[in-house]
Amino acid sequence: MRHEHIETNSGLMIVLILLVISIGGLVEIVPLFYINETVEKVDGVRPYTPLEMRGRDIYVREGCYLCHSQQIRPFRDEWLRYGHYSLAAESQYDHPFQWGSKRTGPDLARVGGKYSNQWHVQHLKAPRSVVPQSIMPNYPWLLETELDYSDLASRMGALRATGVPYSLTQQEYDANVSRFGKVVADQLDISQAQDSLMKQAHEKDFDGIPGQITEMEALVAYLQVLGTMVDFTKYDEGYFTTFR
Amino acid sequence: MPGTATCKSITTRCLVGGCGLFYASAVFAVLYWFIYPSWPVGDTWIKGFGTVNYAVTDKASGKEEEREYRWNTRALLLEDLGDATNDPQRKEMLAKVQAASYDQIVKDPKMMEFVRSVGKGLFGDNCAACHGRGGQGVVGMYPNLTDDDWLWGGGMDQIHETLVQGRRGFMPAFGAVLKPDQLDDVAEYVLTLSGETQPSAASERGQAIFQGQVGGCYYCHGADAKGLQSQGAANLTDKIWAIADVPAQKSVQDKKAAIKNFVAKGVNNTRIMPAWKDRLSPTDIKLIAVYVHQLGGAQ
Repeated sequence: MRHEHIETNSGLMIVLILLVISIGGLVEIVPLFYINETVEKVDGVRPYTPLEMRGRDIYVREGCYLCHSQQIRPFRDEWLRYGHYSLAAESQYDHPFQWGSKRTGPDLARVGGKYSNQWHVQHLKAPRSVVPQSIMPNYPWLLETELDYSDLASRMGALRATGVPYSLTQQEYDANVSRFGKVVADQLDISQAQDSLMKQAHEKDFDGIPGQITEMEALVAYLQVLGTMVDFTKYDEGYFTTFR
Repeated sequence: MPGTATCKSITTRCLVGGCGLFYASAVFAVLYWFIYPSWPVGDTWIKGFGTVNYAVTDKASGKEEEREYRWNTRALLLEDLGDATNDPQRKEMLAKVQAASYDQIVKDPKMMEFVRSVGKGLFGDNCAACHGRGGQGVVGMYPNLTDDDWLWGGGMDQIHETLVQGRRGFMPAFGAVLKPDQLDDVAEYVLTLSGETQPSAASERGQAIFQGQVGGCYYCHGADAKGLQSQGAANLTDKIWAIADVPAQKSVQDKKAAIKNFVAKGVNNTRIMPAWKDRLSPTDIKLIAVYVHQLGGAQ
């Protein structure tokens, strides 16, 4: 086939371009699913509790990912500003992942525990009341809207279908107990989801309104857990280089 | 065969027409495969001959170790962090600050200059979201770090402790304990402490509640109402207000109402300073402590 023939026939050229690009993509992406070292072996990473999972849904619904990434890259400047670079293991239960590459606002991969709950509530309600130079929109409705947690079973069921170990059967529950401990296993159990959501909201009161579960409650619960699951002091820094 | 002829002609045209770059990049690609991580093979991949040298503190022995490791971006980061040619002055000053005591840092103008420049960035990244870029805080929410009033103490050691372990402000809600007119009396008394109003019959009744078993305010704020830094209890005798925004109120009635509302509600779970010991290195905490100390209100 003459090169000239391909260049003057755009239909054929589109097909051939797609073919070449998909080979490139497949060679890069597919092996990650069967290479042993893709996901680092670290302790502490667990799926989100029902409350945190709902917070994540709200994060996605409000489009936070359009301005905030959740991936600290292994560069010196990012290390100094945000902390330890993100591990693949830390987003292994994220479907879809929130890595992103657009940073209009700061990266949020390690925002958990950095600010108090009260700060998050105030900042989401009116960002400029705490950070005068911020250009983030106000999200006042989060504090005014009751969280809908009537469909937890189907939300968790959908994530379970993608491989997140939320438990449905006794066998899955027992496996979670030995993997994450009983407290976490209870939170990952789909049949107890509503109770554990209410329990977490009641104990921690993320939105500062006792006795009420708002969307703010869920979102702050989610933000406060980001990047806090792995205890990096437990590992020799060289350990993570062995996975790449 | 027609194909052979075509191929020959393309090759000839290419070599003559400067297509050498095409072949050079093909050769480069093959070299790249040998040096850097490249092709996946089964459950692993070709790791390449390239290496990176970095120093790391071994977790088991606690000793600094030089290691050579196959090329990858994570090892490259460690090499970059340890590279002595990257901002050597900064590293030298960091080592100096790390070894020095707070007293030594404050007395050394060169180290203080360093603290002001590096501390500004650290403060901006970690503290400014609540306390403001200049440390001015937000009345009612986040303490002002530039004034002379410190809830938990403005000494270097106290600031250090606040940073390391965080703080949790607490005051009981008196709304259910005291009657509305008793709350009025207490507010009246609190206003006299800083000279906002003159003592009256109401303020004397308030004083009795403050100093007695009914209110028990003196447990934390002290009999002289000067506060107790071990409890994070505010000094009520000065004109600086951390929570109830008294200075912003125009009339005495509004000032009283601001205090009354606050005493009725108390503080529970809303004034929390996060602990920074797991997030920042000891040297960073030291730098921030000195930076905050030199903001203006140091003790």
